[in-house]
Amino acid sequence: MRAGAKDGNTADVSTPVAPVIVAEQLGRSFKVPVKAEGLGGTLRYFFRRTYKEVHAVSDVGFTIAPGERVGFLGQNGAGKTTTLKMLSGLLLPTSGRVVVDGHTPFTKSPAFLASIALVMGNKQQLMWDLPARDSLRLQGAIYNLDAATTKKRVAELAELLEIEKLLDQPVRKLSLGERMKAELLHALLHEPKVLFLDEPTLGLDVNAQVAVREFLQRYNERTGATILLTSHYMADITALCSRVIVIHEGKLHFDGDLKDLTARFTPEKQIQFELDHIVDDSDVARGLAAGAGVVRHTGSEGRIVRFGVAPKDLTRSLAALLTALAPVDLSVQDPPIEEIIGRVIRGEHGTTTTTATTS
Amino acid sequence: MSEASSPTAPPAQRNVFKLARALFVAQYAYMSEYRAELILWALANSLSFILMGVWHQAAERADVGITPDEVVRYFFAVFLVRQLTMVWVIWEFEPQVLKGGLSSQLLLPLDPVWKHVAGHVGERAARAPFIVLLVVLFFVLYPQGFFVPSVTTTILFIALGIGAFVLRFLIQYTLAMGCFWTERMASLESVNFLLYMFFGGAIAPLDVFPPLVRELVLLTPFPYMVWLPARVLTGHVDADVIVRGIFVMAVWCVIFLAANRLLWRLGLRRFSAMGA
Repeated sequence: MRAGAKDGNTADVSTPVAPVIVAEQLGRSFKVPVKAEGLGGTLRYFFRRTYKEVHAVSDVGFTIAPGERVGFLGQNGAGKTTTLKMLSGLLLPTSGRVVVDGHTPFTKSPAFLASIALVMGNKQQLMWDLPARDSLRLQGAIYNLDAATTKKRVAELAELLEIEKLLDQPVRKLSLGERMKAELLHALLHEPKVLFLDEPTLGLDVNAQVAVREFLQRYNERTGATILLTSHYMADITALCSRVIVIHEGKLHFDGDLKDLTARFTPEKQIQFELDHIVDDSDVARGLAAGAGVVRHTGSEGRIVRFGVAPKDLTRSLAALLTALAPVDLSVQDPPIEEIIGRVIRGEHGTTTTTATTS
Repeated sequence: MSEASSPTAPPAQRNVFKLARALFVAQYAYMSEYRAELILWALANSLSFILMGVWHQAAERADVGITPDEVVRYFFAVFLVRQLTMVWVIWEFEPQVLKGGLSSQLLLPLDPVWKHVAGHVGERAARAPFIVLLVVLFFVLYPQGFFVPSVTTTILFIALGIGAFVLRFLIQYTLAMGCFWTERMASLESVNFLLYMFFGGAIAPLDVFPPLVRELVLLTPFPYMVWLPARVLTGHVDADVIVRGIFVMAVWCVIFLAANRLLWRLGLRRFSAMGA
């Protein structure tokens, strides 16, 4: 139902394309000072600091083809942002190698900086008290665009984002969603080939989230830019990305098609019935009998009863269950993707080895 | 690496003038948003006028090495110099480092310092009308202090004023680099400010310092950020003092520029180690 709903991945071409992002055995550790509690701990901390090595990312490797839209998943502190910062050149990897569009990011050569953009949902770049247009003109000059090009691109992007009328108001007067759109326009003015997005829809309401997603998709289709994004909202990932990379505690746990992820880690569909009375044991027993061994009861509450069933048995068991239970309403769903990610991380079902993808 | 052939590679020759203009226009617009604050900031510098009163009284009662009329002109000039050389880069830089806003600045193909410089220049332009207003007001209230500097003096004053600003900016921006290592660098700026006010001659003209102390102070960078330009404007400095002053000033500028660039590079390494 969700996976592959929008399959606009331009990387699925038969001829091999040179990857635009290559990460090999990428690792990054930080030295974190350790302080014991109490006065003694404070004094020791003052005179002789001990450090412990924290491996934020270790041995992460993947390649991304031009034009791909890849979702980067993991819990808080999994190493998503650290990886994005290594890819964008803010952090020097402590081990491994990273190449983006033919450049070593950390050197921050002008050509590299001109070909990427990093958008962080929680950091703003527009000048707060001025209309976005002022910041945009300056941004154009910083990227050495001539006035006509800047004007043309602002007009195009503003139209895509539907914020033409808002560019002349001070940024502080914009809503959070409008401001995020303006930030996107600002970040994309120099037409980066590779776009890194860290939680671009953070704190936005559902409408604004949808608008940002749609814009990113159209931008990708129009310019062929590569997009790598992290998000807490699964809907961002399912709507935008056909490929996902899951990392947990700094290690890569899955890299492949979102559809594969769903297929491998969700072996069953969930059938949910609403009955005309409170569900009791006899209803569950009748359901299980009708399911003839291929369905299992996964829960019931009030007038709702749920059964799990393998996709191949879905049609047959659904018909039998309908006859046996005569429900007033029904739905068939995949388990929520958050749950799937949890399973990937816990290593349940299937293997946790990575699969080679594209290029 | 095929940087030259990359289609997104910007043209090698960047139009510096156009960029400077864009930076100035944006920052001028930004600062003009704070019109009300600007007049308050300008007024907040009226310490010079209070000290003018104090020293004027003192000069009238005893020989302090400077005449009462000179006192008035001197502190008026101090006020003007301080208006023209205000620097606050450390207050902008500290939160950028602590809250990580510096990260996005680092991904722009422009050293972050230029936005700070443009901010100061833009603010100066936005503040200018208020400074003119205060100057006119001063001479209306105190007509006997009125004086017109010669063309040479004015040109020299402007040049020394720019030098004073550059030196003050360099010193404060260099101190700001400490933010990479310790969290509250702005407190060090309070110490720097005290030295600047006292040895710079903003509290008392250097002319009233004991000769030996004055000679020592003249080797520090402070007098060149207030005293020298102010004294030049009021027309009471020998040519050799000016020449030596410009030399000392230039030496300090070079020292702080070198220290700044070194600390910037080391600091960035550390910023990255902390997680950028």
